[in-house]
Amino acid sequence: MSKKNSKRSTKNTNFTAQTHAPMSQKLLLSEKEVAIILHRLACQLIEKHLDFSNTVLVGIQPRGVFLAERIKQLLEQEYQVPSIAFGYLDITFFRDDFRRTATPIEANSTKIDFLVENKKVIFIDDVLYTGRSIRSALTAIQSFGRPAEIELLVLIDRRFSRHLPIQPDYRGRQVDAINQEKVKVHWKEQDGEDAVYLVPTTTIQTTTTA
Amino acid sequence: MSELSVNHLLGIKYLQPEDIQLIFETADHFKEVINRPIKKVPSLRDITIANIFFENSTRTKLSFELAQKRLSADVISFSAAQSSVKKGETLIDTVNNILSMKVDMVVMRHSSPGAAHFLSQKVKASIINAGDGAHEHPTQALLDSYSIRERLGEVGGKKVVIVGDILHSRVALSNIYALQMQGAQVKVCGPKTLIPRYIESLGVQVEPNLRKALEWCDVANMLRVQNERMDVNYFPSTREYAQQYGVDKPLLDSLSKEIVIMHPGPINRGVEITSEVADSSQSVILNQVENGVAIRMAVIYLLASKIQS
Repeated sequence: MSKKNSKRSTKNTNFTAQTHAPMSQKLLLSEKEVAIILHRLACQLIEKHLDFSNTVLVGIQPRGVFLAERIKQLLEQEYQVPSIAFGYLDITFFRDDFRRTATPIEANSTKIDFLVENKKVIFIDDVLYTGRSIRSALTAIQSFGRPAEIELLVLIDRRFSRHLPIQPDYRGRQVDAINQEKVKVHWKEQDGEDAVYLVPTTTIQTTTTA
Repeated sequence: MSELSVNHLLGIKYLQPEDIQLIFETADHFKEVINRPIKKVPSLRDITIANIFFENSTRTKLSFELAQKRLSADVISFSAAQSSVKKGETLIDTVNNILSMKVDMVVMRHSSPGAAHFLSQKVKASIINAGDGAHEHPTQALLDSYSIRERLGEVGGKKVVIVGDILHSRVALSNIYALQMQGAQVKVCGPKTLIPRYIESLGVQVEPNLRKALEWCDVANMLRVQNERMDVNYFPSTREYAQQYGVDKPLLDSLSKEIVIMHPGPINRGVEITSEVADSSQSVILNQVENGVAIRMAVIYLLASKIQS
């Protein structure tokens, strides 16, 4: 495992990755790897959902929206799937840790301008960690009707970290990370590059306060 | 900023401009929520709220109750008319009795100015002022500003005239504070007897002529003539008031620009505004009512997040 990792990091020491990454970050996925995974996920979705006539994509706010947009673009542009119903869902008011976090949680917008009644819903999020966000999303989506079924697509599946019995149906990459580490997904639209890093949480704190 | 600077909503004058922004942004999310097929979120399921109304209210009480229920809070409501207050119980005793039933937040309307402020110092609960005498009615001012923001894009730089009974109006005072805090200009217009004497000290100009006031403004907030608060006659007759300070369609159409008409309700049709004006496309009166629920959800949500569990 460690051998494989070191090989990958030497292969990917390109300039973009270095300028964005402080020393302590570990690159999990490079831009090229992210691109390959996105294509694979898109193909897996087509295999199951064919023409997407009864399927809707729902990105989970805030970070799942980027991945959902990408998947939608790929499906429409590369694989000629005609327009797909697409929305994003904010779970803030459905979270189970209201008044239990040190700082208040800021809400994001929800945009679902269709009913999900009898539709196949695909939740899309960047990282699956404890599963609590998805639990909240399962409750939140009920405000828009009773879906026929709900599936989950994630880019990164953190193993051995679940608090709830929730597993993805489509996963980009499975990652073993300890609790003191955070998986950070970067997107071109927001962070200037497509990449996934493993970051020790101590460095996150120092960079955010700096 | 993601947290209010206050633990109670006692009046607009205790808020910061950033607080108002935060309430508006949160209300945007709740406005989307209340337009869903299922209009309820589970955020406040471990919060209990008491609505204590020592003064009559339909709209505000309903709006607060609906906001609380949409947030899944447990709600108890009572009106003073049926309570032990009539038997001589003091305000603090009444509220402390309610709080010993494990209530986290109190929404109160009272006829005495400063009642909410007094209560916030004496009892251990988050207090929301739903109107205290002729002092403040903060949630009404917030929903008025929010409705202006929704219709005109922003509140800053806009010209707002408040027409009518300024003297007895808590809506007027809260609105003046809120509008000025957001950078709007405010004038008041009404019979001299119903304009408080030192209103200029708030930085508000008095315009006695309704037509001139309407020509100047972007938004006209038409207050209700509060007959129940008038101990003496402040103007000769309702008909004369309507002629001088009422807005009808011909007056509205004769203005050089389209202004927005607001009214905090309940309307005396034919007095402050005619039916034609109230039901016209320039009126945002029903939007104000809808926004009231979203604004109150935002205020309750933000205050509840500061209660220690």
